[in-house]
Parts: sequence; structure tokens; C-alpha cells
Amino acid sequence: MRRARFRGESSQLERQPLLQLRGISKAFGAVQALSNVDFEVYPGEVVALVGDNGAGKSTLIKVMAGIYIPDSGEIWFEGRHVPVHGPRDSAALGIATVYQDLALCDNLDVVANLYLGREEVARPALLISEERMEFRAREVLKSLDVKIPNPRSPVAGLSGGQRQSVAVARSVMWKAKIVILDEPTAALGVQQTKQVLELVLRLRTQGLGVIVISHNLANVFEVADRIIVLRLGRRSGTFNRAESSEESVVGAITGAEFGKFKPQE
Amino acid sequence: MSEAQPPAAAEGIRAGLGSLRRRVASGDVGSLPVILGLVLIWAVFQYLNPNFLSPRNLTNLTVQITDIGIVSTGIVLVLLLGEIDLSVGSVYGLGSAVMAVLSVKNGWPAAPAIAAGVLTGTAIGTFHGFFFTRFRIPSFVVTLAGLLAWFGAQLHVLGETGTLNIYDPSIDQLAGRFFAPTVGWVLAGVVVVVLGVDLFIRRRRRAAAGLPPIGLLGDVAKFVVIAAVVFGATAVLAGDRGVPLALLILLGFIVGFDIITTRTPFGRHIFAVGGNAEAARRAGISVNGIRIAVFAVSGTMAAAGGVMGASRLFAVNYSSGTGDILLNAIAAAVIGGTSLFGGRGTVWSALTGALVIGSINNGLALLSVAADIKYMITGGVLLAAVTIDAVARQGRQRAGV
Repeated sequence: MRRARFRGESSQLERQPLLQLRGISKAFGAVQALSNVDFEVYPGEVVALVGDNGAGKSTLIKVMAGIYIPDSGEIWFEGRHVPVHGPRDSAALGIATVYQDLALCDNLDVVANLYLGREEVARPALLISEERMEFRAREVLKSLDVKIPNPRSPVAGLSGGQRQSVAVARSVMWKAKIVILDEPTAALGVQQTKQVLELVLRLRTQGLGVIVISHNLANVFEVADRIIVLRLGRRSGTFNRAESSEESVVGAITGAEFGKFKPQE
Repeated sequence: MSEAQPPAAAEGIRAGLGSLRRRVASGDVGSLPVILGLVLIWAVFQYLNPNFLSPRNLTNLTVQITDIGIVSTGIVLVLLLGEIDLSVGSVYGLGSAVMAVLSVKNGWPAAPAIAAGVLTGTAIGTFHGFFFTRFRIPSFVVTLAGLLAWFGAQLHVLGETGTLNIYDPSIDQLAGRFFAPTVGWVLAGVVVVVLGVDLFIRRRRRAAAGLPPIGLLGDVAKFVVIAAVVFGATAVLAGDRGVPLALLILLGFIVGFDIITTRTPFGRHIFAVGGNAEAARRAGISVNGIRIAVFAVSGTMAAAGGVMGASRLFAVNYSSGTGDILLNAIAAAVIGGTSLFGGRGTVWSALTGALVIGSINNGLALLSVAADIKYMITGGVLLAAVTIDAVARQGRQRAGV
């Protein structure tokens, strides 16, 4: 709250963070992966998490996803201190992670993938109610403006951008409040990258908190509202996209000083 | 396409052909090759021996394939997971031996003896599944050990007698009973009506949900083809002894498992595990639970096939379940179009594949061709089927990019 008012920007930032990590530390043996890291994302905000290899980005999102339990620090969700002891706790809060491998079943169609593990059945025969599932799948895809000619076609036949969109739509479908995207554009061409970035902006419009990990600063500057930089396991900078340059962010990533482009805080 | 045709129908046909071409090009060939192959095999044998397509011989053929078809149904589910079960031959033998010993030596009535034989297979399959998932031993090793061990158990159960002749008429009736043609026609009518109603209800439900309709032409074609096959088969069977109970049992298993695999969450999860086990696990599916259940089904079906085989031969002996049972059951599933690579296929491939293998065996027997040629031809057909599967997979990967 204090920081939001201090920045004194749009009213959106006056609200409390959707997710807030306070003083997170995590060590693996002798390696201190994260040291006293704070992190916050607001509803309807896109936060880019950037940093060099080994800076702790993956460790941090795995803490959010409940895969790693931090050695110290607190996780707050919608203003409440919440215990996160595993992936289930995180998922129950509405935090969805879309990893690079997307976790789709290529042999199943789009509808089946969206509903994987949560198929709707009709009583009394307990058979899958395909029509209800397909209807909602189409609704969600439409709300995200994802263009897939036939949601009944196997995922194997889709483009990289479409597959990414299906993976994101799955999290939206199940009422995620925060979507974490790990290198969403890493393997995509220009056109497909554009599709995915547009999808990220639509998630923001729908009021979700979006966390994007990316190495591609051009993409980051296209979609992110704020950019949080990790360096050697510490938060080394926070930038408002509108007021920052790529050089200053690169400086925070590499540790170089850039005179007037000193990171905030 | 002539101008005189109604444009809608022409459009529908063109769209249908286009989607078929796309599917073939992208490697989604389904059961097309096996049906073409079956037609070819039947044509060749009919040319070589005019008795091949006689009602009597075709009726014999349907009874001959039931045990392989039942075993293969279980194999299809295992292949959908991307696994293999090499023990089905030995489980076939042990299941039939348990039933025979209980029936002949211990004087058990038919029903409990059959149930004990089949449940032996269930227990063995569960055991395989447990070892496979708990200790992460590759399924082919677990079931290879099973192949040896359960064959030993079969010899042990049969004891010194060696061969047990089954006299219980209720057991012999499984493969020996024929229903009058009238019963066949009534059943065929019921099946076709149920199919039509199912297609109609699905269309109406889609319309009610405001979804774009499935091509009417496709549904009508499907209905017409299936109705023709059902009534045609009934007519052929009516020309001989009527409808064999064994065929009804096989079809019952296939329809049942087809519904389970395509329309229930359990079946959907089998495909998911076979397609991408990690994705299934992250989606909250109990991957190991699915695996154990599928191996239990495979063991059950193997033993059920053994019971059917024993009923057809009126006997169980040391060699029951040995020889080509295992290889034919796996070959049938693959020839029918179920992928060895997991996640793709249908239970119906157990029937179509068993028909192909059964037709080759039956046709060559009619021609008095010895076993050497039979094995070589069956091997060639299997190789062709696996090649189609592998080429289709490459096509899919190309199309998938």
C-alpha cells in the first residue's frame, strides 16, 4: 500500500496487491537462490520478472506455485497472510502457472485439454457431457479472442501461439486470479508472438494479475506495466514501463550503473 | 460434381472429401487401412476358394476370433497408455486352467468357476500394474516376468493330469450356443435404432447448446454404413446356424469398452496418460491409478479370452494360451489401427484386427496351406500395419509444426 501511494499513479494501484511476497529467502545447500525478496502484483496488472540466468526467477515463481517452500518470508493473498504448503494450496488461491512445456495432451482436442482432469459428467450415466464442455470452451476462447478454427481438432495440429493460448485459456477457465507465464514467447515467430502478447493484455483487461518471465525486453516493454528485476537472488530494481528505458533495465540486470537511470527504491 | 446436384449436398460431399484428405495427410488414418486390407484379404481368399465367403465359413470365422478379440480388447487399452502387456498369453492359459480345475476336478458349477478364472486374471493384472507403477519397472519387463511365472502357475494348477476335458454344458455353451435368426434380426434392429437415436440426441443436444452442427452427411453416412454392416452380418449368420453367443459376448465387451474409453472421464484419462503423462499428472489425474486399472482390465480380458478359448475347444491343457495367442492379440490391436506409441486408437481395432488375422488363418486353412506360410503372411501384415502407424506418426509430427 505504502509503495502504491508513494508512486501516486492510477487508482488501480491504490488497491491492495493481489499477491504479495514479503522477505522470501530460499537456499539450496550452499547456494542462496533468493535473499529477502519482495514481490507484488496488483489486479489488472502485468508484471514482468526479468533477470539473467541464475538470478532466481524460476525459484521465485516456483515459490508462488507452491512447488518450493521458502526458508523464510511470508505470502499474502488479497490482504491475507496465507499458508502455501504445496501446489494444491497455490492452485486453490487461483494462482495458475503456464510452464514452457505447456502441459497439453497433443492427442486430445482443445476442449478435452481445457477440461483435462475436470471433465463434466451428466447423471445418471456419468458420461462426459461434451456439449456443455464445448460450449464453455468456446465462450472462454472467444472472451480471450483466441482464434482456433475448430475446438474439436487435436492440439497437435495447432501453431505454437495457439497452443500457448490454449494453455492460458485453461487457467482462465478455472478462475485463475493470477497467471504466471514462463517464457511465453520463447519459441514463437513474430506473428505468433504478437498473438500471445495480445492475449496477455486481454488477461489484464479481465482484471487478472499477470506475471511474465521473459528474456525478450522488447516483448516486456510491449506488455508490462511494471518490470521487476532479479539479480543474484535479490530484487535489484523496479521500473514503471512508461518511465523507463531498456538501457536502465539492462543495467539492473547486469549490475552496471547508468547514472540517472538509477533503479527506484 | 454436376451442376444438377443440390448445392448443399455437393458442398457437403466436397467438405467431407476435403477433411478426409486432410486427415490422411496429417496422419490421422484411423481404421481406414484395416478395412481396405480386410476387403482385399476377403477378395483374394474368395477368388482362391469360393467357400471362403459362405455363411458357414464366415460363421466359423466369427467364433474363431472371439478369444483373440477379447484378449485384444484389453491390449488396446494398454497400448493407449503407451505400454505393453506381454503376459496375456500366460494369463489366458492360467485363467482357463483355474476355471477348468474348479469345474472338472472340484465340481464347481459353471458361473463361479468362470468367475474365479476371470478374477484370477484381474488379480494378476492388478499385481502387474502395482509393480509397474510402484517400482517403475518398464511394463514390458514386468509382464515378461509374468509371461514366464504365470505359465509356470498354469502347469502347476493343471498338475499331472495335463489335459482337462470340460464337460459342463454351461461352459461349453459360451462358444457353442447359437441363437435363432429371429433373435439376430431383433438384436440387429435394436442396435440400429439405438445408434440412430444416439446420433439424433447428440445432434439435438448440440443444437440446444447453440453449437455449430456436425455435418449431417457424415452422420447419415455413418448410420447407413453401420446399419448395412449390422444387417448384412445378421443376414450372413442367419444363412447358417444363427447368431453365435460368442460373437455377442465379444461385441458386448467392445461396445462397453468403447463407451468407457470415449465417453467417460476414466477413458479420457487413459488417452491423456498415453498422450502426455506429465500433463495428465499436473492436471490432477491419478496417473498410477489409471495405469493399475488398465493393467487390471488387460489381465481380466486375457483370462476371459482364455475361458472363451477353453469353451471352444472343450478342453484346457499345458499348451492353452501358448503359441501365437499373445502375438496375435497384440498384432490384432495394432493391425486394427491402435498406435504402439500411445494415446491413439479405438477399441474397435480389436475386432477389425482380429478379423484380419482370423481371416488369414481361416483362409489359409481352407487352402490347406501349412503353418510356415501362415506365420510369414501374418508377420508381413503386422509389419505393414506397424509401418502405417509409424508413417502416420511422422505425418502427424510434420503436420503438428
